Amino acid sequence: MKREITLPFDRRTIESLGAYDRLSLNGSLLVGRDQVHQRLCQLLGEGKPLPADLRGETIYYMGPAAAPAQLVMGSCGPTTSARMDPFTPSLLEAGLVAMIGKGPRGDTVINSIKLHGALYLVAFGGCGALYATRVTGSETVAFEDLGPEALMRIHVRDFPVIVGIDSRGNSVFG
Amino acid sequence: MMGEYDPAQLARQIADALIDASRHLESSLITRMKHMADVTERELLSLTTGDARRNRYEASLEVLRMIMENLGTADHREIPMCQDTGMVVAFVAVGPDIQVDMARLSKTIDQGISMAAREGCFRNSVVADPVFERHNTGTNLPPVIHWLPSDEPGLTIRFMLKGFGSENCTALAMLNPTAGSDGVVVAVTDMVRKAGGKPCPPIVVGVGIGGTAERALLLSKMALLRPTGEAHPDPRYAALEQEIERAVQALGIGPGGFGGPLTALGVAVEHEQTHIAGLPVAVSISCWADRKAAVVLGGCDET
Repeated sequence: MKREITLPFDRRTIESLGAYDRLSLNGSLLVGRDQVHQRLCQLLGEGKPLPADLRGETIYYMGPAAAPAQLVMGSCGPTTSARMDPFTPSLLEAGLVAMIGKGPRGDTVINSIKLHGALYLVAFGGCGALYATRVTGSETVAFEDLGPEALMRIHVRDFPVIVGIDSRGNSVFG
Repeated sequence: MMGEYDPAQLARQIADALIDASRHLESSLITRMKHMADVTERELLSLTTGDARRNRYEASLEVLRMIMENLGTADHREIPMCQDTGMVVAFVAVGPDIQVDMARLSKTIDQGISMAAREGCFRNSVVADPVFERHNTGTNLPPVIHWLPSDEPGLTIRFMLKGFGSENCTALAMLNPTAGSDGVVVAVTDMVRKAGGKPCPPIVVGVGIGGTAERALLLSKMALLRPTGEAHPDPRYAALEQEIERAVQALGIGPGGFGGPLTALGVAVEHEQTHIAGLPVAVSISCWADRKAAVVLGGCDET
């Protein structure tokens, strides 16, 4: 039932996925939420280089809780994606290919996903403890001053998501 | 008796209660989520092969399964079930036999929260300035504290770990005084529809009716304090809760917003007197991770 995916996504894989498909992600993800989105878009607007190349990348909307001794990362479930909507078209334009969050997206984002042949993946909201056990490594990439909201890269194994909006714009949210 | 409490001991009690709340849900919520899964599974079996609802119900069931697995992991690994350990909201009910030094008790509550955040691997989710710097306070402090006079003897502090995915869906409607219970049901249903899949459904819906605008909002939060599934003591308001619950379930938002036959784990209404010209109605939503705790001093010795 669950399809195994090795990150980064390639074009063929993206195009083969449809809304409601269940995936298990393996590989590396960028992590960023509200403030990271605002800062990245500001840099793009000023024509300045980004602290991470977004081309081909997948970003996870998340800010982790503190890590306990025996885990790489603490509780780390998705945050509400709709807040990232105003920034998403610019990041897709800059080469981002997939996003992971929770809840519905606006029409502008759906159109932008269609335009760029991107993907929106839904992670299980509130399931931070479960996701903590699927992270095998993490490092801060930029904006360390944001604390739990910094731009990070994490490495995941068997990270469960459902395709929320596929590259043709089909959405699970009515 | 307030002169007698030991602040260090109270802070410890608060910390333990909050850490426990971050990892475990009250049993009525678990029962209701299991019931939700049973109903969804039954409905799914009754659908024909080509029915568009099959995908939605299967995804909804997957959400409920993951929630159960997640709760097992939170317990076993001793970490918060959700990374959004919230802003702590405290409701301090002060009985007639109690004289309270508010500044001193606030400090003790702060101490309990910061111990919980440190020992319980919470996320520091509080920023000091809302508009400009938005610097993280780095301590998960301060909490929001509501001081409430009470007829019950003793001192009870009820806590909520209020995540903001659901808090951002809070809404208020100032209805006409003649709107009646039908008007209330429509208003609440509209607010929950607008929230849709954003607040991590399945959800608990707190409804505050009456007072002024800000009072209705506070009542909607206090409604969320009631054990989920416990009906309002006034049968008319209990019936109103049921009517709202039926209307919310009919929205078909479903777990995770994927669409399903059930969305609400419970609806609780709190009401108060209001003005001749108005009928304020407020809605506060809790995600399925409806984390609550209570610490009781004096009066009775339950914790």
